[in-house]
This record gives sequence, structure tokens and C-alpha cells, in this order.
Amino acid sequence: MIDLQGVAKSFDGTEAISPLDLPIRPRATTVLIGPSGCGKSTLLRLMIGLLTPSQGKVLFDGQPMSASALAGIRRRIGYVIQDGGLFPHLTARENACLMAQHLGWPEARQVERLDELADLTQFPLDGFNRYPVQLSGGQRQRVALIRALMLDPELLLMDEPLGALDPMIRHALQDDLRDIFRALNKTVVMVTHDMHEAAFFADHIVLMRDGTVVQQGTLEDLLDRPADPFVSAFINAQRQELGP
Amino acid sequence: MRLVVLIACLCLSALSAHAKDQIVVGSKAFTESIILGYVLADIALDAGFDASHRPNVGGNRVVFDAALSGDIDLYIDYTGTLTRETLVGQHLESDAEIPAALARFGLGLGPRLGFNNTYVLAMRRDAYPEITKTSDLKDHPDLRFGFSNEFMDRADGWPALRRVYDLPQTDVRGMEHELSYRAVASGAVDVMVAYSTDANIARFDLRLLEDDRNLFPQYDAVVVYRLDLEDRFPGFVDHLNVLTETINDEQMRDLNATVTLERKSEQQAAAAFVSQRLNLNSADIAQSGFWARLAENTLNHMVLVGISLSAAIILAIPLGLLAFRKPRLRQFVLGGVGILQTIPSLALFVFMIPLVGIGGPPAIIALFLYSLLPIVRNTFSGLMDIPQPLRESAEALGLPGGVILRRIELPLAARSILSGIKTAAVINVGTATLGALIGAGGYGQPILTGIRLADTGLILEGAIPAALLALATQGLFELLERAVVPKGLRLPRANAGA
Ligand SMILES: Nc1ncnc2c1ncn2[C@@H]1O[C@H](COP(=O)(O)OP(=O)(O)O)[C@@H](O)[C@H]1O
Ligand SMILES: [Mg+2]
Repeated sequence: MIDLQGVAKSFDGTEAISPLDLPIRPRATTVLIGPSGCGKSTLLRLMIGLLTPSQGKVLFDGQPMSASALAGIRRRIGYVIQDGGLFPHLTARENACLMAQHLGWPEARQVERLDELADLTQFPLDGFNRYPVQLSGGQRQRVALIRALMLDPELLLMDEPLGALDPMIRHALQDDLRDIFRALNKTVVMVTHDMHEAAFFADHIVLMRDGTVVQQGTLEDLLDRPADPFVSAFINAQRQELGP
Repeated sequence: MRLVVLIACLCLSALSAHAKDQIVVGSKAFTESIILGYVLADIALDAGFDASHRPNVGGNRVVFDAALSGDIDLYIDYTGTLTRETLVGQHLESDAEIPAALARFGLGLGPRLGFNNTYVLAMRRDAYPEITKTSDLKDHPDLRFGFSNEFMDRADGWPALRRVYDLPQTDVRGMEHELSYRAVASGAVDVMVAYSTDANIARFDLRLLEDDRNLFPQYDAVVVYRLDLEDRFPGFVDHLNVLTETINDEQMRDLNATVTLERKSEQQAAAAFVSQRLNLNSADIAQSGFWARLAENTLNHMVLVGISLSAAIILAIPLGLLAFRKPRLRQFVLGGVGILQTIPSLALFVFMIPLVGIGGPPAIIALFLYSLLPIVRNTFSGLMDIPQPLRESAEALGLPGGVILRRIELPLAARSILSGIKTAAVINVGTATLGALIGAGGYGQPILTGIRLADTGLILEGAIPAALLALATQGLFELLERAVVPKGLRLPRANAGA
């Protein structure tokens, strides 16, 4: 699906990502986790071509991400960020249909697809005519997800999609989101800094620190066979936050 | 982009296209020059030539340049002005050398009219009665002088006066000539400089000081015309001789008084003179009423503002976009329009004259240049202020750059761009009143004439509509904001549930 080969990224001479290989498994949910500033968002931006690697290459479907191929590739990727990234001057419907409209989809096809996705994400149909400021945080994330899924992409990249939500709403959306992932059976790469969320979603966990991958595998791998004292320390720190 | 330049050029050439098969008389921006301008035009019309008069072209330099460039064909000048100011670089020994000096510029010297309009110092009749001649001033070092700006700057003005009479006064300020009468009358200054044919001397009951050291030179009124007139309108130049020695100082003062005191128009004063003293037919005068004047000034003002602002919008938004998209050009673009803004408006108007002549075009170009900064800066900052996550989301969708600009970036920056245009428009409406100084018309015209004639009503005739137009512009843009700024950006944040 997507494959990072020897990819590194520096900003003004400071290395944010050290050279790493990371093949993303198709039809599975990969979770990138690690402390704040370790390079998770940077990695996601490299995958959708918002950043170009300083070194190494990013392959999509075996093809390198050239400038000319980028627009086409982005239509096959859905991208959701922490606060949704919805355009405030467009209604929920206009936000969701922006790309479909540009591609010249007939009205009926857009409506049909919106209905499907509203159903999938449990977004109320009357909410489509509202502007982002008129929606709650949870509803905004649902619209952002609808927008990302509109063209039925093969790959879904999510950067802390639940990060800005209240705990109650967050739990409800967590369940919904896992159901959606299961129903769609797509390749998903999700960023979080929360170990419980990682455990909840992940088929495969990639634990990062200072721009490098410390260990990757299932939750059991990380718990039972930590590759580094940092792995246990990171997991234990998050356990203790929840109390003994 | 090329289309914009083309449209701008077309607009400008349409404005500057005055028919070249017509004799165009010009005049400086004061009553006497304007009356005599109409007299010249009447003489031409009576002799069967097609002629028009552009009153209020500007100051000495502006009018002279207008004659050089062919914007005007003839005007009334003064020998002292020519030898000591306009032709000062030619180092003339006497008035006899004026024709040869003018000929080097393609200009000719016509007949002398007969009067000498020279400088004369004036004071309130009741103040300091012991001062009767200029040399008496030396004994009163505390006197306050208020001189016209032109007199302050001229080599033969204040610097010469101070030197020749050895004057000690330090409170010396430059002011608009017509305002200095009021300043003396109200006691705000003690001594002013007047012109010997000035009707205001009687009106404000001023005492004239004798020039007892013969400092001030002769300022004999003469006709200056383009030498090519003889080819273009054979015989016309000879007709000018009917003016030779027809007006003495007092008669000129009376003519001026007809306008400044009796409130006749310059055109009427000229017509009366031409028919009674020269026995010529004068042009029909349709004295325009208040509403007709208002309509004409409004139209002129709107043309100045409308064209300059539209052109500025068309150029400034792409420039703002360029500054946003190309960080390397940013300093250049923003700095460039910033520097334009620092040029004083009158200076900018005058710089334009050699390039595009007088009247509407230089004013429009100057107003256009002034309008750029607020629009460029607000377009740039409006685009820069779009939050990074939105920028990223737009790009991640895979939309092409053009669509992102049209559907995302411009709508998000719309409020800022519009308020930049609003600022530019309001400033433009105000600055356009200065266009009258270079003959562009508009609301500045009655203001300028009102100052010249000390007529408050006339000043308000320009100032009030200009203020109303500025307010209306502001209001219009507030309405426009509803139409242009997307609804989603105007809504208050709702407290919808999850
Ligand atoms: N555009 C950028 N310019 C400079 N430094 C950046 C930029 N983006 C990220 N960084 C730096 O790269 C590192 C990784 O950032 P990021 O990927 O956002 O971390 P995470 O998402 O894991 O919190 C941080 O040190 C951050 O300051
Ligand atoms: Mg991040």
C-alpha cells in the first residue's frame, strides 16, 4: 500500500525523522504512538506528500510520489486532522462534496454517497446544511471523516482525530470509529499519544521516540517483549496516569 | 495582467484625448489668470477659431509645462515670473531677452496687456500706523509675517526681501495666498504679501507699504503662446494684438473685484470686458446653477475615484497574492507599495504632469498608486492569516492550486481584502479633492475656488459632498461585506450538543 524506504526529514538542518523503513500493512489499522514532538505528524505528512523527504523515498502502490502523480494519489487517500480542518465558510455538505464537485460528480451521485456516509458515521442528515461553527466538536469530526471518505479512498490517515474532544464524546466516537474501520476494511494509519486508544484500535503499533521507531508489533509484543527500557517506561507511565 | 494594463491605458487615453484641432487656453489657479484666460478664448472665438479654456491648470511650473507639452496652447504670464522663476536657468539680463529664451522652448511672447501685477506688502489699516514703507519694518522685529508659499520659496521673494531691507523678523510662515488675507484681517499675522491688482486689498481694507528700495521687479502681464499656433491656426496670433495695453492696474483690480466681490463668474467678467472694451462678441455664457455644478463635480469626482480604485483593485489583489505565494518577492512588493504611500500626494500629482499631462490622467494615476497599499497589504495578510490546518486540509484533498485559491483562500481572506478596499476607497475619495490643484475637477474644484474667493459657501459646496461621499462609500462597503464575506464566517459560534 504505502511504503517508507530510508525516509528522513530535517527542518532547517535539525533532523525530525531519522532514516527509517516503514511498510504500512494493507487492510489493517496501524497506530503511530509516542511522546509529543517525536515526529508522528511529520511521518503522516510525508505519507500524503505535504512534506517531501530530505532523504529516501515514499512509495504509494509501488510508485514513487512524484509531483505529477501527487494529485491523483491524494484522491486515493483520506486525511483527517485533530480539529477536523473543516473550511468555516462552507457548509458541512459543501465541505464534504468539495472534491466530488471538482471532479464533476452528478448531483444524484453526491447525494447518494452523502446518505451512505451519514449512515455509516451516524451523522444527522439535517446537519449537512450547517456551517462548522454550528456543529459540535464530535459532529465536526464526523463531517471531517465523511469528507475524507467521500471518494472512497484506499488509505485513511488520521492525526489524533479524537484529540480535541471531551472524554464522553471521545468514547462514543471511539466505538463508532472502530466499527467504521471494521466495516470498511481499509488501510488506516492513525496517530495518537494515548496508549489506551492505540490498544483499542491497533492491529499494529509503531512506537516512536525522537524521530526513530523504537519498536513495532502487536500490543502483546510491546508488553511482553519490550525492545528497549523506553517501551516499558512509556506504557507504564500511561497506566499510572489512570491510577493504580 | 496584460488586459488590465490595456484597459488602464484606454481609460487614460480617452480622458486625455482633447481634440487637437482646437486652440486650448490655459490659466493659473488664481482669479486674474482665469479671467484673462476666458478673455483669450473669447478673442479666439470671435475671430472664428474653435477654442476652449482650461481654467485652474495649476501653479507657474505646471502651467508652463502644460504649454511645453502641448496640453495648452497659450496663457497669460508675467515678465517678472518668466525672468526670475520660469526661465531663471537662462540668466536673462533684461526683459528684451525673453522672446529668444522662450523660443528655445518653442514658445513665443505675445502682447503686453498694460498692467504690472507685482508684489506689494500689506498690513491692516489700523495696525502700526507709523509703518508706511517697507524699510520701516526693520524697527519692529516682533512683527509676524504670513507669506504665500510661493513667495517664501522664490529667489525674488522672502529671501530677497529680507536681504535688501535687512529684516530681523523670525516669525515668518508660509500659507495659502488667499488665506493670508484672512490671517491679516483677523490679526493672526501682521504683514502679508499681496499683488498690486488684487481686489482683496480694498475688500479687507489693507494699507500698502511702499517698496522704497525698488526690490520688486516688473510683473507685466503678457501672452505666452506656442510657436506652432501660427502654423496650426494661421492668423490667430495677430488677433491677440487687440489686447495690447488695454488694461491698467486699476482696471485689472476692478475686473478681479467683479469676481471676488461681486460674485460674478470669471467667464462673465471676461465677457463684459471683451464686449465693452474690445468691442468683440463674447461667447454665450450659460452660468451653471448649483445643481448643475454639483452634478458635474460629482461626476468628475466619481470618475477620478472609480477608475483609479478599480484599476487598483485589479492590480493590488494579484500583487497581494504574489507577495503571499512568493516569499522572495514579498519584501519587494510590500516595500514598493509602501514607499509609494510615503510620497506626499501633491508631489505625486505634480510628478505625473510631465509624463501624462494635466487634468484627470495624472490625478487618476496618483490616486491609483495611493490605493494600492491598503489593498495589497490586506490581501496579503488575509491570505497569511488562514490557519495552517486549513491550508493543509485543502492541499491534502488533492484540489489544484487554482481551485484552492478560488474556493478556499480568497473566500477566507474576503473580509480582510474587502476592508482593504474600503480603506483605499475612503482615502481615495478624500485625496481626490486635491486633484483640482492640477485641473482634474471634482469636489476639490469648489473648495479651491472658495478659498480663492474667500467664499465659505463655495468651500462647503465641495467639502460637504466629499464628506458625504466618503460616508456613503463606507456604508456601501458595509453592505457589500454581507454579500462578499461568506455566511459561515459571519455566524456566531453555536452551542450545539454532541
Ligand atoms: N514545519 C516545521 N518546521 C520546523 N520544525 C518542524 C515542522 N514540523 C515539525 N517540526 C518539528 O519536528 C518535530 C516533530 O514534530 P511532529 O511531527 O509535529 O511531532 P508529533 O506529531 O509527534 O507531536 C518537532 O520537534 C517539531 O518541532
Ligand atoms: Mg502531532
